Amino acid sequence: MSVSLVHNAKRPFDVDVIRADFPILSRTVYGKPLVYLDSAASAQKPDCVIEAEGNVYRQSYANINRSAHALAGEATVAFDAARARIARFLNAKSSDEIVFVRGATEAINLVAHSFVAPILGAGDEILLTELEHHSNIVPWVMIAKEKGAKVVAVPIDEDGSVPLSGFAERISARTKFISIAHASNVLGTILPVAEIIALAHARGIPVLVDGCQMAPHGKIDVQALDADFYVFSGHKIYGPSGVGALYGKMAHLSKMPPYQGGGSMIDEVSFDRVTFADPPARFEAGTPAIAQAIALGVAIDYLNNLDWPGVHAHEADLLAYATDRLREVNSLRLFGQSQNRAAIIAFEMPGIHAHDLATIVDREGVAVRAGHHCAQPLMKRLGVHATARASFGIYNRRDEVDVLVSALRRAGELFK
Amino acid sequence: MIDSDLMDLYQEIILDHGRHPRNHRDVPGATHEARGHNPLCGDNVKVQVMLVDDKLSDIAFTGNGCAISQASASLMTDVLKGLSEQQARELIVAIQALLKGEEPSTDPALADAIDRLMPLSGVSGFPMRVKCATLAWHTTRSALDGQTAPAKTE
Repeated sequence: MSVSLVHNAKRPFDVDVIRADFPILSRTVYGKPLVYLDSAASAQKPDCVIEAEGNVYRQSYANINRSAHALAGEATVAFDAARARIARFLNAKSSDEIVFVRGATEAINLVAHSFVAPILGAGDEILLTELEHHSNIVPWVMIAKEKGAKVVAVPIDEDGSVPLSGFAERISARTKFISIAHASNVLGTILPVAEIIALAHARGIPVLVDGCQMAPHGKIDVQALDADFYVFSGHKIYGPSGVGALYGKMAHLSKMPPYQGGGSMIDEVSFDRVTFADPPARFEAGTPAIAQAIALGVAIDYLNNLDWPGVHAHEADLLAYATDRLREVNSLRLFGQSQNRAAIIAFEMPGIHAHDLATIVDREGVAVRAGHHCAQPLMKRLGVHATARASFGIYNRRDEVDVLVSALRRAGELFK
Repeated sequence: MIDSDLMDLYQEIILDHGRHPRNHRDVPGATHEARGHNPLCGDNVKVQVMLVDDKLSDIAFTGNGCAISQASASLMTDVLKGLSEQQARELIVAIQALLKGEEPSTDPALADAIDRLMPLSGVSGFPMRVKCATLAWHTTRSALDGQTAPAKTE
């Protein structure tokens, strides 16, 4: 097979070595070095991922699972190998439990349509939390409306944490499904997912975990969590956009009807009858994002080869350093300071709207997100219309926090 | 030193209108009204107009958003007040050109109004912020059109 896959020897974590893997980090914006603090929206890509996607097209591109020729064979083998890498990254029992999707949004819609809608009746409830991303709210509101069911949100505490008691109090005989973030895309809060799942399973309620903001920060063990479904987007774990994964327990997947109809997902087709393929093919109608999926496998190889204790120590240091430095900025308000957090900080500066703040720091080369972060219910809960957000990846450094802090001070001067 | 494009965007007059928006209130008995919303950033605005004998005898707005959206709405109400509906509609077209960095072509009678809107021209250097500035103007057009659906920038 000529699609090259990366097999770096494991090297001790060194942020400067990591940075050298990401070509975009050496560019400038407005003549200033890029300070990319928006990885929670989408992470940058290491060279090996960029090369892998290009190499599929340069060397081994053809449609998969169809033709018998050499290129089709190479592409199919590489695509299947990527699926196996994702299965190992999530510690799934089998590659067949991994469905390729466009991203977490499609994965959640798939589960809503093919798993939850058929078991949902009038008066039933789907439990979420107040801190969910719209992608983990809207599909549920849509099917709830269709079925006369209701979406119930478990509240967050003042510090942004989601106490288990909130679930215990709201789970009832009407609760048919629970769908929760593993980590908040705004507050960074890491939810006690294993405990929530244990609580739900004791009542026979299946749980989906949206891992978009957790998967970039380390390997996931879906078996230890006992998650029924786990979803993530490739572009947030340093892989390509347009591809992501849905993990589902085979016991669930094998009983679920298809999400979309088309090529690849069938067993036999005539004009009056169609039988469907087994999972995961049943849920993968049409030609998938072939090169992107293969490159996602390479991104996972890249992550697997990181010194994770080193990464965790680095990200924890960055989060603590950024929290301290941001607190030094006059009047800055930080949101969500729960104990267990991913490296994400949402903040606001009184008197300066987040969009203005983002525009001003951008001119210093600093990329932060501003707005409602696709989490309008959470904004309402926090009593704000918008916040700014700095989110950190494996490649960020303390000196970038310093650039952010001085850019924020500059914004304060401009608006004083 | 602060970047010169930023100084163009956040001119003192823009900051002043952003901080102390003019006509930020309701228009009692308004003849026309519309809401506008930028779904991507969450900015929202309500514009109310009193149209008497083809003249905008009063126009005001409420809502919240960034300095650019508030300043644009504020300047807009200042400038549109007293104009005819036709002139207001001409300015709504002209402002789009101004925000794209183009020369707005209008009736010479509106030259003074355009001059007063020039502080908004700095937005043209910030393509991601043009929608912040246009929201209130789209909303005014919706109000004049008598539309009931909220104006959107998307």
